[in-house]
Amino acid sequence: MATAGARALVVVGASHAGAQVAASARAAGHAGPIRLIGEEPCLPYQRPPLSKGFLLGKVDAATLPIRAAAFYREEAIDLLPGTRVAAIDRSARTVTTAAGQRIGYDRLVLAVGARPRLPPVPGIALDGVLALRSLADAERLRERLPSVGAAVVIGGGFIGLEVAAALTALGKRVTVLEAQDRLLARAAAAPLAVHVAAVHRARGVDVRLRTTAARIDGADGRTRAVVCDDGSVLPADLVVVGIGVVPETALAAAAGLACTDGVEVDRFASTADPAVLAVGDCCRHPNAYAGRSLRLESVQHAVDQAKAAGATAAGRPTPYEAVPWFWSDQFDMKLQMVGLCAGWTHHVVRGDPATGRFSIFYFRDGRLLAIDSINRAAEHVAGRRLLAAGRSPSADEVADESFDLAAAARA
Amino acid sequence: MPRIIFFQPDGQRREVEAPVGSSVMLAAVQNNVRGIDADCGGCCSCATCHCYVDAAFLERLPAPEDMELEMLGGTAAERRPNSRLGCQIAMTAELDGLVVRLPDRQV
Ligand SMILES: Cc1cc2nc3c(=O)[nH]c(=O)nc-3n(C[C@H](O)[C@H](O)[C@H](O)COP(=O)(O)OP(=O)(O)OC[C@H]3O[C@@H](n4cnc5c(N)ncnc54)[C@H](O)[C@@H]3O)c2cc1C
Ligand code: FES
Repeated sequence: MATAGARALVVVGASHAGAQVAASARAAGHAGPIRLIGEEPCLPYQRPPLSKGFLLGKVDAATLPIRAAAFYREEAIDLLPGTRVAAIDRSARTVTTAAGQRIGYDRLVLAVGARPRLPPVPGIALDGVLALRSLADAERLRERLPSVGAAVVIGGGFIGLEVAAALTALGKRVTVLEAQDRLLARAAAAPLAVHVAAVHRARGVDVRLRTTAARIDGADGRTRAVVCDDGSVLPADLVVVGIGVVPETALAAAAGLACTDGVEVDRFASTADPAVLAVGDCCRHPNAYAGRSLRLESVQHAVDQAKAAGATAAGRPTPYEAVPWFWSDQFDMKLQMVGLCAGWTHHVVRGDPATGRFSIFYFRDGRLLAIDSINRAAEHVAGRRLLAAGRSPSADEVADESFDLAAAARA
Repeated sequence: MPRIIFFQPDGQRREVEAPVGSSVMLAAVQNNVRGIDADCGGCCSCATCHCYVDAAFLERLPAPEDMELEMLGGTAAERRPNSRLGCQIAMTAELDGLVVRLPDRQV
């Protein structure tokens, strides 16, 4: 075990959150060893392009690493790829890898992310049914594309819709099945979802709401068709599942840490055990902006919370207080969201949706909660400043296109 | 292969090679040049690949698209007339010797 003079930091999970924790702890003055342990065999990489440029063939794997190998060397971050942590012993302050190696820590950060949820339908294990989370998943999907004519996407969330857009752009026939009565039911508000559905349909995607997959049929172990709950049969050489993720809580729970849809942490990303922190997709945290506990799945959240946690782990307790933001690219739509719209009572559209460039502002009791921008990046960046400063222009002001949002954000 | 000369926020000069078609952001990340965060991985969504392009090269670059110009409104460091997003500059043979200064902060 490391001595008090050179405290050892161990980070489990080497992706957006884990890589950032390690870098930020070093930048904040952590002098002891840092081990960044990740199950995947490669350098930490960018996940968002997997359902966008990578699928379209515009981006290749070599361009995905978040940092070069030289970065970890220079920062004396000991990266252990291809290494799965199987258990945590909090009293001994060690983690044990799947290969049986014991590694001691003074501070442990869990950055283990989330895994795709799979619907419990017959045929889910057939060859040709894929979920998209990792580079390995994306490579499998891309390799299969030449033999795909028709695809069914189960789930109308961001990843499912990005995959639907990419496959359509590649000339595939695509059907999206969504159980709810609108798209993006978990992650975005109805006014945005309605526009997104219209764009997908205009581009030829068969969007079926209130429809679920009852079973997937195959021949010789390979996917042939999806049978829906309404009895319709959709031929499919490829089925992509995008119905959300489950946070990886097994390690933490087995170590006796509280988990409820995520490892529970405080605003410093610390669990009830001050030696153990958790960040990114795997944790449930008191969100300063929302004023309640929640779990977020975004690069912004992973990176910003990890910056705070890295400083905390280095002995400089830093609360996580950033305003949430997110983006998604589908067809020629750049969707950018800032704030959290939960609980909105009133919305205002700024700009003309028919032009494909507009923003939707969500209010509650006259206070601005969130902004969704479609091909209006200027309003998104102004919105980030406004919300970070706690400013709220009125609904009348934002509805008036001559009202200068950027100036209001600078004021 | 065209070269890019970066000046890191700490003043250090870093000369790197960048394949044609690759971006200024990628050249920085892949060569461990400090001063670019690139949180969105080149999706033109974060403005943390902000850089200042040397005036001599400015007109050799294709003009920024609207999306880039709008995102430049969200840079952490001061926006200047030569501000660009590194992920939106594709390298070409004519850009050999491109001089890029990185701002002191990206967030
Ligand atoms: C296809 C796709 C597209 C996306 N697009 C966007 C987007 O456009 N914008 C956006 O903001 N967000 C997007 N996201 C979400 C974003 O990628 C996640 O929020 C982010 O990756 C979360 O980072 P994380 O480090 O917390 O977890 P993850 O990225 O899930 O990383 C967790 C890592 O921990 C490893 N691990 C797990 N258990 C162990 C163990 N026991 N031992 C060792 N290692 C372990 C895993 O292998 C994994 O590498 C997208 C996600 C996907 C999958
Ligand atoms: S890398 Fe995000 S805008 Fe360039």
